[in-house]
Amino acid sequence: MSISNINSRDMREQRLHEIRRQAERGSAPVSSAEPNYAASGASAENGYYGMPLLKRPQWTVEVPLYFFAGGVAGAASVIAAVGQMSSADRKLVRDARWLAAIGGAISPALLISDLGMPSRFLNMLRVFKIKSPMSVGSWTLVAFSNSAAAAAVFGQFQKRRGNGAIRVITDTAQLASAITGMVLATYTGVLIGATAIPVWNEHVGTLPIHFAASGTSAAASILELAGNQSEALNKIALGAAAVETFMGVAIERKSTPASAALKSGATGWAMRGAGLLSGPLPLALRILSLAGKKRSRSLRRAAAISSIAGSLLTRFAWVEAGKASAADNSVPLKLRTKATPDRLSAPSE
Amino acid sequence: MSITAFLTDSTLCIGCKACEVACKEWNQIPHDGFDWKGFSYDNTGGLGHSTWRHVKFVEGGAVPGIGGNSPESFSWGFSSDVCKHCENAGCLEACPTGAIVRTEFGGVFIQPDVCNGCAYCVVSCPFGVVERNPEEGRAFKCTFCYDRQKEGLKPACATACPTESIKFGEIEDLRETAQQRMNKLQNEGFTDLYLYDPRDSSVGGIHAFFIVRGDPRAYNLPPAPEVPTTYLRKGWLSAGVAAGLMLAGTLLAFSKGRNGSR
Repeated sequence: MSISNINSRDMREQRLHEIRRQAERGSAPVSSAEPNYAASGASAENGYYGMPLLKRPQWTVEVPLYFFAGGVAGAASVIAAVGQMSSADRKLVRDARWLAAIGGAISPALLISDLGMPSRFLNMLRVFKIKSPMSVGSWTLVAFSNSAAAAAVFGQFQKRRGNGAIRVITDTAQLASAITGMVLATYTGVLIGATAIPVWNEHVGTLPIHFAASGTSAAASILELAGNQSEALNKIALGAAAVETFMGVAIERKSTPASAALKSGATGWAMRGAGLLSGPLPLALRILSLAGKKRSRSLRRAAAISSIAGSLLTRFAWVEAGKASAADNSVPLKLRTKATPDRLSAPSE
Repeated sequence: MSITAFLTDSTLCIGCKACEVACKEWNQIPHDGFDWKGFSYDNTGGLGHSTWRHVKFVEGGAVPGIGGNSPESFSWGFSSDVCKHCENAGCLEACPTGAIVRTEFGGVFIQPDVCNGCAYCVVSCPFGVVERNPEEGRAFKCTFCYDRQKEGLKPACATACPTESIKFGEIEDLRETAQQRMNKLQNEGFTDLYLYDPRDSSVGGIHAFFIVRGDPRAYNLPPAPEVPTTYLRKGWLSAGVAAGLMLAGTLLAFSKGRNGSR
């Protein structure tokens, strides 16, 4: 509600009538936007009426989208560099470079639009703070976006002319984008892991690996869907799916209070769905595609689509789990009561 | 100049919310909406971008005897919460723009002309204090009345507090005051007092400590707050492993593809 709204007399009168109607119905006039904390008192068992201690992450939809785009772009730059080194076919290298460049262009746009004051995005480059993953990430992204774009553009020229200087520029840019790309695809795990949010910081040791695998499988899958049949892509995506299967099992086996948001409620199902789509499902499809030559292509296509959807859902599930985790005061307060998100949403009567 | 602090003594707080009002007026903070929480007289809920002082209303069971009420009525505990101005401040460490700084008085201050609203401080505060204003875009929290302190004045909340529940002064003096107050009350028979000042935790001490009755967790004060920078080592190590796996896996995939394609 904006200030001008609340100051308007009509709004206030309207609210008073609303409260009266609620009172006549016999329920307490509680703000409808808030969960009802009336059931739990303020005590050593409940904390302060069971209210959240931590602030909910305020990142909007752009941030998980960025985690996806940045992860894909970073992994694509590694595929481009290694692919060229191993004399993979030119189309694959060129496609991977462009995927990195496009991801590197979309990423800053997403991040800037999530800022509260987008016009001040350049303030990110005022200082460099090694202890702030957000600062490290901002600088990495700048270096990556520029080098990935340079590698893609000059690589295109190189094809036509094969000039020596252009080749040197392309290779240098490609090397730079691969190195920064590896940081870009992994630092986002540190970014959310090194926070006060329990479900994130509890997994700080695995989040970067999870995100790297997620980005890698999505990048390889997108390149496959773009018409690259290289067997190497299948193997890369297979390896990444194996890592993700392992991650999914590890999450499922963990039953600490801090990881409750990964296993219960909507965020739990999102995480499970994401794990299934990016882990065992594409893993099985790709193994099948290796076994028989007949339907190999369509199996790989299906695996690729599943991996991309899984990767996207993984990022959203982690961000949303962070929001659910912040609402649960039992972890930061070390309460004896089990972490129960349903306690918060329980009706008063 | 000296290093300053707040001591909030909840045994003296009467829940009048003068600190909230004074803070809002002096700092010209927008209001919070016209809502009732419905579970206590605390209709503010918690600290946030538009609430830099917040009086908690802890309603407990009957506590007959000294400092308590008659057996048939509830006991009340009030405590005015505020940004803790940590020694190792998560928000300050996390801020990528350098907008959050340590002042000459030891407080943690967000420079509003630098903040670009990335909201990373929001998830980096172990006390859930900092918040981004969703309408205006930037992050806000208690400034420790940096402007007033520079003029040699007490913060607005401490000035307005009618019972001197909120005390302001030089940090070491206040720590001593807190200890004296604890001793005095304990001698008078208060057995459930707690001085909240987590100096042993990774936040390394705070510039706003509290005397509360009963378990501090009833006031949503975390027993062991952690500054998130403690997770960095493990995180970057994992990122290193992840990058290594990415590179090795990609190399492996391409090399095999060349030698013996299936």
